[in-house]
Amino acid sequence: MTLLATRGLTAFYGDFQALFGVDFELAEGEIAAVIGANGAGKSTFLRSIAGLNAVPADTVSFAGKPVGGLGAHRLARLGVSLVPEGRRLFPSLSVEENLLVGKSTGREGSWTLERVYQLFPRLAERRDAPATLLSGGEQQMAALGRALMGNPRLLLCDEISLGLAPIVVKAIYGALPTLTRDGLSLVIVEQDIGTALAVAQRAWCFQHGRVSLSGQAAALTRDAISRAYFGL
Amino acid sequence: MFGEWLNTVVQGVLLGGLYGMFAMGLALIWGVMRLVNIAHGDFILLGAYVALVFGETAGLHPLAALPAVVALMFLLGFVLQRAVLNRTLGKGLLPPLLVTFGLSVVVQNLLLQFFSADSKALRAEGLTTASLRLGDALTIGWFPLGVFLAALLMGLGLQFLFARTAFGRALRATSDDQETVQLVGVDEKKMYALAMGLAFAMMALAGVLLGMRTSFSPTDGPANLLFAFEAVVIGGLGSFWGTFAGGILLGVAQSVGFRFDPGWGLLVGHFVFLAVLLFRPEGLFPKTR
Repeated sequence: MTLLATRGLTAFYGDFQALFGVDFELAEGEIAAVIGANGAGKSTFLRSIAGLNAVPADTVSFAGKPVGGLGAHRLARLGVSLVPEGRRLFPSLSVEENLLVGKSTGREGSWTLERVYQLFPRLAERRDAPATLLSGGEQQMAALGRALMGNPRLLLCDEISLGLAPIVVKAIYGALPTLTRDGLSLVIVEQDIGTALAVAQRAWCFQHGRVSLSGQAAALTRDAISRAYFGL
Repeated sequence: MFGEWLNTVVQGVLLGGLYGMFAMGLALIWGVMRLVNIAHGDFILLGAYVALVFGETAGLHPLAALPAVVALMFLLGFVLQRAVLNRTLGKGLLPPLLVTFGLSVVVQNLLLQFFSADSKALRAEGLTTASLRLGDALTIGWFPLGVFLAALLMGLGLQFLFARTAFGRALRATSDDQETVQLVGVDEKKMYALAMGLAFAMMALAGVLLGMRTSFSPTDGPANLLFAFEAVVIGGLGSFWGTFAGGILLGVAQSVGFRFDPGWGLLVGHFVFLAVLLFRPEGLFPKTR
């Protein structure tokens, strides 16, 4: 079943048009990778789905309903959760409070503090630390944990490997496939292609605000990707 | 001699509790949505006038009318934020300043229109004059003591709300990052409206107590705002305790000033405010992290 679809999605980044008619779809329980160079429109794409960018109602559908322009807090309550670029933890809240505020979606589900701490044991050790004192990797785990605490159906991850040591990236990406077992679906935006393609079923490459290539992640050749990536 | 000075300071502390109450509402709104409510003092007065109406029409004692006044003012704050003030946010400091300045003028003139320029008082029969004699020079009025304790409870309540409850957590998160908080399902516009409602409820309490303490007239609002503002600057925005302490310092400064000369009271308060602004602009109890 299709969980998320966009049809001819156009969106603006300030006055600048960032997306020019993107068609995209994601099945329930699927992991999709969205790759592309800087400025290809990947982040704007996620922000549009999450409701942070105003878009026409019928260009985004979630669980069969048009949800474009609905407003981010409404979408979060419907089960769309964005882990934003740069983590954006709440600096005046402790790690545990950051996780707890994730419950504001009011959605029922199996995610609890204990389960997040099981997934990322490092967070349990730092639970009372202010979010600002965490390392980059710990911050990313907390941002993911905060999103999961809202019991989402769809998790949108924006550049979660950015600026992290390879071993930390491995730890975080290692946790992702276990999430889909409960039926969670993921869209992963990455500049690190190898990491993203390793966990994804389908991949979508963006170039200048358009989809330049899409297909089964395993079937895409290096050549096809670099052509779609750089437009060479 | 010592006893008289002690009495002066104690009266100042008790008066300062009321200023602390004024200031906590102002600090709450600034902290949550970076809005300076210029009409803060006028809405405090409005609370007193609403209680006055209850007293004159239904014969209610001000304290009996208090729950209704608090509830009405909460609603007013909530609706005002939703319908008007939310539109002014996110465009810099100036739009909310201008709009609340306008509201201040509107409220003052409405009060003048309906209640005339004569000063009024909330009658509380005996309650406000009873006092406790603690020595030759020291007497503590039961009512000022009650006001002080109410302010203390308000500070405690706010501290608890912000540190321990899900609502307070969401308010702090909203204050930190109003975009990201939407991603966890918080309607930031509604949070602002609830915070403003809460501030108005606090202002209602402060207004009724003010009206029981002294007489008031429609043009007193800006002075209340000034005291609230001075207390916030003196105390700093680190915590509700700091703001509360700022109110107390202001009260003591005014009280000591009055002791020298009745004309000096407010002036000494202003001097303390200016000195803090000059030498310690972050306030005496700034944010620690």
